[in-house]
Amino acid sequence: MAEPVAVKLTQKDFKSDQEVRWCPGCGDYAILAAVQSFMPELKIPRERTVFVSGIGCSSRFPYYMNTYGMHSIHGRAPAIATGLSVSRPDLSVWVVTGDGDALSIGGNHLIHALRRNVNLKILLFNNRIYGLTKGQYSPTSEIGKITKSTPVGSADSPFNPLSLALGAEATFVARTLDSDRKHLQSVLRAAAEHNGSAFVEIYQNCNIFNDGAFETLKDPATRDEYLIRLEHGQPITFGADGQRCVVHPPGGFGLEVRDTASVDPADIVVHDATVSEPAYAFALSRLPGLDLRNTPIGVFRKVDRPSYDELVVSQVETAKAKATGTPEDQLAGLLTTGDTWTIL
Amino acid sequence: MAKQVRQLDRVVIRFAGDSGDGMQLTGDRFTSETAQLGNDISTLPNFPAEIRAPAGTLPGVSSFQVHFADTDILTPGDAPNVLVAMNPAALKANVGDLPRGADIIVNTDEFTKRNLTKVGYAANPLEDGSLDGYSLHPVALTAMTIGALADHDVSKKDAERAKNMFALGLLSWMYSRPYDSTLRFLERKFAARPELVAANIAAFKAGWNFGETTEDFGVRYEVKPAKMSPGTYRNITGNQALSLGLVAAGVRSGLPVFLGAYPITPASDILHELSKHKRFGVTTMQAEDEIAAIGAALGASYGGSLGITTTSGPGVALKGETISLAVALELPLVIIDVQRAGPSTGLPTKTEQADLNMALFGRHGEAPVAVVAPRSPSDCFFAALEAARIALTYRTPVILLSDNYVANGSEPWLLPEVDSLPDLRVEFATEPNGEDGKTFLPYLRDPVTMARPWAIPGTPGLEHRIGGLEKADKTGDISYDPANHDFMVRTRAARIEGIPVPDIEVEDPDGDARTLVLGWGSTYGPIGAACRALRQRGLPIAQAHLRHLSPMPANLGEVLKGYDRVVIPEMNLGQLAHVIRARFLVDAIPYNQVSGLPFTAAKLESMLEEVVKNG
Repeated sequence: MAEPVAVKLTQKDFKSDQEVRWCPGCGDYAILAAVQSFMPELKIPRERTVFVSGIGCSSRFPYYMNTYGMHSIHGRAPAIATGLSVSRPDLSVWVVTGDGDALSIGGNHLIHALRRNVNLKILLFNNRIYGLTKGQYSPTSEIGKITKSTPVGSADSPFNPLSLALGAEATFVARTLDSDRKHLQSVLRAAAEHNGSAFVEIYQNCNIFNDGAFETLKDPATRDEYLIRLEHGQPITFGADGQRCVVHPPGGFGLEVRDTASVDPADIVVHDATVSEPAYAFALSRLPGLDLRNTPIGVFRKVDRPSYDELVVSQVETAKAKATGTPEDQLAGLLTTGDTWTIL
Repeated sequence: MAKQVRQLDRVVIRFAGDSGDGMQLTGDRFTSETAQLGNDISTLPNFPAEIRAPAGTLPGVSSFQVHFADTDILTPGDAPNVLVAMNPAALKANVGDLPRGADIIVNTDEFTKRNLTKVGYAANPLEDGSLDGYSLHPVALTAMTIGALADHDVSKKDAERAKNMFALGLLSWMYSRPYDSTLRFLERKFAARPELVAANIAAFKAGWNFGETTEDFGVRYEVKPAKMSPGTYRNITGNQALSLGLVAAGVRSGLPVFLGAYPITPASDILHELSKHKRFGVTTMQAEDEIAAIGAALGASYGGSLGITTTSGPGVALKGETISLAVALELPLVIIDVQRAGPSTGLPTKTEQADLNMALFGRHGEAPVAVVAPRSPSDCFFAALEAARIALTYRTPVILLSDNYVANGSEPWLLPEVDSLPDLRVEFATEPNGEDGKTFLPYLRDPVTMARPWAIPGTPGLEHRIGGLEKADKTGDISYDPANHDFMVRTRAARIEGIPVPDIEVEDPDGDARTLVLGWGSTYGPIGAACRALRQRGLPIAQAHLRHLSPMPANLGEVLKGYDRVVIPEMNLGQLAHVIRARFLVDAIPYNQVSGLPFTAAKLESMLEEVVKNG
């Protein structure tokens, strides 16, 4: 993992000289500003920070960060970032991706990065639509979605990105909102501190092709009723006065939402992100309905497991430590391994 | 009875049996013994794609051919002088390749009615006179092996499995091979089970003694050592040599090596081999798919490693988009394609050279890369170093086109001195390169190599962003400017075309040939053998062989125009011929074979004779 050092940086240091070219009003601006203003607190020098992205609106992100960065190929950012991270454990490697990039064309790389627990911080901007290609439905669009490519409604069932990540046994899984800078930064902080893959879904508004997709989670009139703010070690209650809560009904597999008044306070689930069995966090990920009611945000899961990077690097380092002689001598020894013969 | 000893200058032996009979191992051991003796050698394994096809069937036949001689040889031989057939299927699958008079050693225990029926023999060929034209040696290999191991503490199954060692012992006796290396090998292989060491050695010695005592084998042969350059040798396959070349590239560049690979025949052995050499700073990653494998390698290159991915044709097809990205990013990347017969899954264990078009042209957009091809198993070592040299010096993807024939074939390799290998050290960018002394221009090129600076993450002050979008010259900023795109496309093409590669050399000992044979890659051996044979018969012919397919040697056009006729034999439908015709307006004559098998020297010889004589 990239180690912090005494370095004084400000938000301005992380702004590149490139003109930001997202549509006016795009949720990506808020995320960019939040990330740029959050980076200094990590105390990781800019040159040791790398943003790798795929293709899509969100994937323009690296151009706007004054760090090292690569805008790569559709869906492949986790694979490219894996090679970088494993070969350069001194770097802090971030992947910026979208719902199409990460879950459709790049689904395979995402789940494999997560199951390996590569030391990547993966930010998935989920706007539930294809923006850059001008408005086709995405793998997180709701069934029945009417778009340019589905004039009578999509027949595809959407992925639940957190359920998918948890199915891959990701060691850190969280969700946050583009418009809530404080919450967004608290989640980024936790992700940055995590050793291994950190998967963060950021609900992001595409005001051109899917405007208001998450409005109920943002509108002050509705958000308290719709959002569940997870806090480690706290009973899960929500609503303006905490009138709703999450319980684990006996005999059931999952979690359910009840009126707090109707349950024994001892039955309210106390959030524990460190539960090693992913089933708990998975159950949390299943709470929201199609209308986004009961949407938890915050850190669902944060468990310790050695990162792929550490394991791979330690194999190489162990082998190197055992070797003696210069690399040239070792190579000469390797070439003459096995049955050799000499002609005079 | 003292046996007669007869001197031979060359022998081709083919060991054939069921895929579970251990024929590859037997051939490998015989080869090693032969190498110890100092003969020149060339080998050709031929095995089915199925791991264990149904026992005793034709599709399950696996064979290993070894050609050894007292002179320098170039191919594993066209027709075996000796066939060892462990069952009726092995006999049936191979007998057609034998010249009349060849020795056939058969395991009679497997010639049961059931086994004969399985492969469509109506009568037993050992008895019906159909093999009268050959020198047939019926040997009860299984029964004698089991008999020899009666006192050993091994199961009947293990005893029976040692029959390949009995056969090896017999052949080792017949050709007077030194067998110390085989005994040492068995001790290593079965180190955990001493009873198997003893049993296998006993089976080997029983085979040897059987040769010495039986009257059926009245003659013993010797093939004297070949005159070879002084030095230390080992026998090596192409995949092994390629792996060692990649390790050597890491050592000589001083860079960590990162291999991203997805298992695929016939390239997987490179992944297996490199995974053993972590002490050289080699990291191997078995990725989730071909695309991830090259992606991870490119990511590692971006971070300052020598990024490599190994695969076969189907994998290269999947990697195309990432190769294009590497072209745009101008980062070093080595892509190894061990070609196999296509299209699609094709014949995964058979050879072909039909990925040349894909290597040269198989990407979207104008995406030129460098392409190199090894000519023989041991040459894979040097081709790997050359691919790494070009990739590192010119910051470009390089495709190395090996194929199943060189990858699995073997030959003696005169081991090079490490100090004699090319110096591949590179310099990373460490300082701003803009005129103001503060700006970093990631696409400002070196005036000589046209390479852009390799500024790796972690370098303070050089933070920059790269990507697949078209970049402005010098600054690397996103640019949609038409003139800039035109300039960048031409620049990327020019920088590949401008890579200096050695001139092509022509082999024409008497200098009076009017016909030139041009080849590339693994056809070097059969073409060379055919040319030698023609010259021995007084027919002049010139041979030139391409190692660099992109860019091509600067003198190639001149060389081609110096001959009346240019013939291009390839294991595809004329892909190089097409390029040569288009590029040099030379009316090259393609000669093509796509059978999954390498050319035989004899076939090329007769084709070339026709061209030389009749034009």
